[in-house]
Amino acid sequence: MSATLQPDLAERVGMDPSFNPSACMNCGICTAVCPLGLRHLPREVFAYVVLGMEGEVLQHQEEVFSCLLCKLCEVSCPAGVHITENVRALRHYFDRNVFHIEGR
Amino acid sequence: MPLAASDTIAILADNLRLRKSVLPIPAANAIRWTEGLHLPRGGDTVLYTGQMYQLIPYIEQLVAAEERLGDSFLAGFTGFGRQVNRVLNLAGFMAHPSSAERSVYDRIPHNVALLLRRAGVDFGSLFEDDLYSGALIYDLGVDEVLAAHARTVYAVFQKYEVKEVITIDPHTTNMLRSVYPTLIPGYDLRVRSYLEVLAERGFGPTRRLAGEVAIHDSCVFARYEGVVDAPRQLLDKAGLTVREPAHSGTMTWCCGGPAESLFPKRAAEQAARRVGELRAVAGRAVTMCPLCFVNLEKAAEDVIAIEDISDYLLRACEGPEGESDGQL
Ligand code: SF4
Ligand code: SF4
Repeated sequence: MSATLQPDLAERVGMDPSFNPSACMNCGICTAVCPLGLRHLPREVFAYVVLGMEGEVLQHQEEVFSCLLCKLCEVSCPAGVHITENVRALRHYFDRNVFHIEGR
Repeated sequence: MPLAASDTIAILADNLRLRKSVLPIPAANAIRWTEGLHLPRGGDTVLYTGQMYQLIPYIEQLVAAEERLGDSFLAGFTGFGRQVNRVLNLAGFMAHPSSAERSVYDRIPHNVALLLRRAGVDFGSLFEDDLYSGALIYDLGVDEVLAAHARTVYAVFQKYEVKEVITIDPHTTNMLRSVYPTLIPGYDLRVRSYLEVLAERGFGPTRRLAGEVAIHDSCVFARYEGVVDAPRQLLDKAGLTVREPAHSGTMTWCCGGPAESLFPKRAAEQAARRVGELRAVAGRAVTMCPLCFVNLEKAAEDVIAIEDISDYLLRACEGPEGESDGQL
């Protein structure tokens, strides 16, 4: 568990103004409908982003990249969270800050 | 996630930036589907493939290589591989599908051109300037590379003074219709899938097929682009009874394809689950996306026959008018 909190993490991940993980109310519907049975994405990983727990976010790299972007969770989400847009924003964050593919 | 997955993403992004496709394929193979059609170059309306169907046999060869090498294609290459790829098209060395492997994917855009003609639509092609849309790079979040590529593609449309684009697959439709307008100020192309164009024109084949097919909606068509009714309407007019699997329409289940470039085992598991759902309602299934087709076909083995919707629709146009003899 990462001890260092980064209060500006959501802002840094969410360069796109549509990044809204904070709308999530943790109901678990997304987890229930996900065809891949992803257990931590979206709600848990989004919560880590909001809480600034970067170490936890980075540990969930595999889930972030294995999501199918199929939107079944998103059309079922009662809070209207833009889940797939958020997942793409997280991937962009990994691309820039972990893989160093962009932004150089 | 294997460490090399980041290299896979980097190589795909470098290819798009340097070679205008995630997986550059020979121009002659990208335009083979146009043979015999005598299509004009450009024009107000063009049929645009985004190379999606043509790319599939090349991707499949890389996926097969990946099964030998490790868990992610190009996984045999480390950071060094990315450096090499910048000057040398690595994928070009690894993937050489045979003409038989390519033929089904050349046939589908050809089918679509024939269907549009039968519906009385005038259109041209951009031939070798029909570029990949960048869909995979968008999905992987490589946003700056994608934005630059989208401008390149749009400049080609402007060069040919194209006003309307007819797409085939859901991913190219989504990119050109919903993603590009967010990246390019003043973007003004009208984009519709051929299924929408045919349905709008009330296209009805001359012959009625008989039988049942399970419909596999593409996630991107159904949930991103609202294309749900058009394929049903067209299959119904072709005389087929459409069977809805447990997940269908806007609640469709993914074929697993989007996971294939990084996590082929997960993709295969999801495809097998989906084949089970389709098989529960019919012995044949219809797809409308090349990724769905290839992924479900691999999982189908002998339990269900999978075909692209254009194959069914064209078959319903060929042969004598009236009821078919029960053959699908
Ligand atoms: S369905 Fe929506 S509100 Fe519920 S946990 Fe998932 S993201 Fe949060
Ligand atoms: S978009 Fe991703 S998290 Fe949501 S249901 Fe599909 S695979 Fe699961």
